[in-house]
Amino acid sequence: MSLPDTLAAGLAGPAAPVSGQPRRLPRWPAGRLTAFALGALSLLASLLLWHALATSRAHLGFITFAHVPPPSEVLEAGIELLSSPKLSLHVGHSLARIGAGYLSAALAGVGLGLLIGRFRWAARALLPPLEVLRPIPAVAWIPLAILMFPSTEVSMMFITFTGAIFPILLNTIHGVEAVDPRLVASARSLGTRGPRLFAEVILPSAAPGIFTGLSIGMGTCWFCLVSAEMISGQFGIGYYTWESYTLQNYAGIVVGMLFIGAFGMASSALVRWLGHFATPWYRLQEKKA
Amino acid sequence: MTTVVHLRGRVDIQHLEIEFGQGTSRFKAVSDVSFAASTGEFICLLGPSGCGKSTVLGALAGHIVPSAGRLLLDGEAINGPHPDRGLVFQQHTLFPWKSVLDNVAFGLKMQGVPGPERTWRARELIELVGLKGFERHYPSQLSGGMQQRVEIARVLINQPRVLLMDEPFGALDAQTRLKMQQLLLDVWARIRTTVLFVTHDIDEALFLADRILVMSARPGRIIDDIRVPFDRPRDARLTTTHSFNTLKRRCLELLHPDSGQPTLDRLSPLGDATAMLPALSMSDTRFAI
Repeated sequence: MSLPDTLAAGLAGPAAPVSGQPRRLPRWPAGRLTAFALGALSLLASLLLWHALATSRAHLGFITFAHVPPPSEVLEAGIELLSSPKLSLHVGHSLARIGAGYLSAALAGVGLGLLIGRFRWAARALLPPLEVLRPIPAVAWIPLAILMFPSTEVSMMFITFTGAIFPILLNTIHGVEAVDPRLVASARSLGTRGPRLFAEVILPSAAPGIFTGLSIGMGTCWFCLVSAEMISGQFGIGYYTWESYTLQNYAGIVVGMLFIGAFGMASSALVRWLGHFATPWYRLQEKKA
Repeated sequence: MTTVVHLRGRVDIQHLEIEFGQGTSRFKAVSDVSFAASTGEFICLLGPSGCGKSTVLGALAGHIVPSAGRLLLDGEAINGPHPDRGLVFQQHTLFPWKSVLDNVAFGLKMQGVPGPERTWRARELIELVGLKGFERHYPSQLSGGMQQRVEIARVLINQPRVLLMDEPFGALDAQTRLKMQQLLLDVWARIRTTVLFVTHDIDEALFLADRILVMSARPGRIIDDIRVPFDRPRDARLTTTHSFNTLKRRCLELLHPDSGQPTLDRLSPLGDATAMLPALSMSDTRFAI
């Protein structure tokens, strides 16, 4: 969080010169420049280390780099994948699965969370089965999901759904429980009844918590999708990674990994960005606190 | 702003008893309180901290169910919260996600008043409380005094028959408190609604009220009913007059019959409802994947 902020602040240029002082040439504050340079150097050093280990086929006993492709080969394979029609096929399938699984998890998680957080009867009726299911990792559902859903596509969507729903549900419950009872009392005194209380008070009040859950859920969603695709997929970025292994296209493995990381990061950033714009008041409060 | 003459707003409280807690920790917060407020009267409930004056207000607002006794507004029994009885807390309960304008217009939105009408009526009240130009601000961008002005405007837009104020200026600094008291009297001079104002500040009660009801320490009972005969409009000079000090001495004697009494925790006008939130085992935010 703080790194992009400092970078953005650094890139935004220097503050306006104070009147009465001689104008200076624009330059970055020394502290930020050092931090940025250090980060870039560290990344470069990691790349060099990878290159050295891979090209020398280093064998260190418990770990071997004999089959690890060097960065140059990965770059080549990446460029090849970027220009091939296979890319959109793999990415398209993965995104469709994420879209369906994540959206249904968001709807179910927020909906159930609002009910459970607000009504004691809902908590008593719904929490026990959810408590039993919660500790089961989504990946452990894969065999049963394959048996339960005739379509592999749907079974993979189910796995991503299972991965995303619990963080969303828990954070929604948490957000609803934290709603200030005085706000609810005020809304009632001002004439708010029934479902409007949810729309006008509970949902906006819990929104920052809900977005935290949605952001964590997006991360777990990708994790589960990749596992599901490796086992039962035909297309998809996780499947591509696994297929590269079976076809001994070792550079492809790393390309797949990097793509998964990039898409996971981008989609989490998208959710955070949406949350940022959906809760503008929250930023003001944070700044004050 | 036209002057609205309310022909309604008579409050009758008959033998009100309120108890809190369960089992052995059950205690009586309010004991046999009876009084009547006539239309347009400004009454202050004065008493030491924890004496149950806020509890009486909470019962009138409809957030606390009395153990015994009757509460009537214009002859009708009070049953739950209603915009006719506007409640203002010590700490503001503005919706942090709504602008000043949308907060003030909230009551009209709940009544189904169309957008444009909501806007001009809210603007009118924002101007009345001296906040013209702050319509688009969020509550967190305002000072404590300004937040309470918005809170008052938000309650007044419903044209309540009775305004219930629970130490509304108790959290403000002395200077702002004086300004707000003056503002409240100015507003009340134009919108002659009945006001029940809870305070433990003798000066504040004498400056504002037509009548002061002095309450004893817990269980709260009314121990005196003092008419405040000062002319209106009032200003700060009143607080230095001989007759003001005579009445002040009378209040002091009532409130401190013997020193060394333990101070009690402040009671909320929402009763002990806040302590009854469901404690869910699932609310710990740990995430299984």
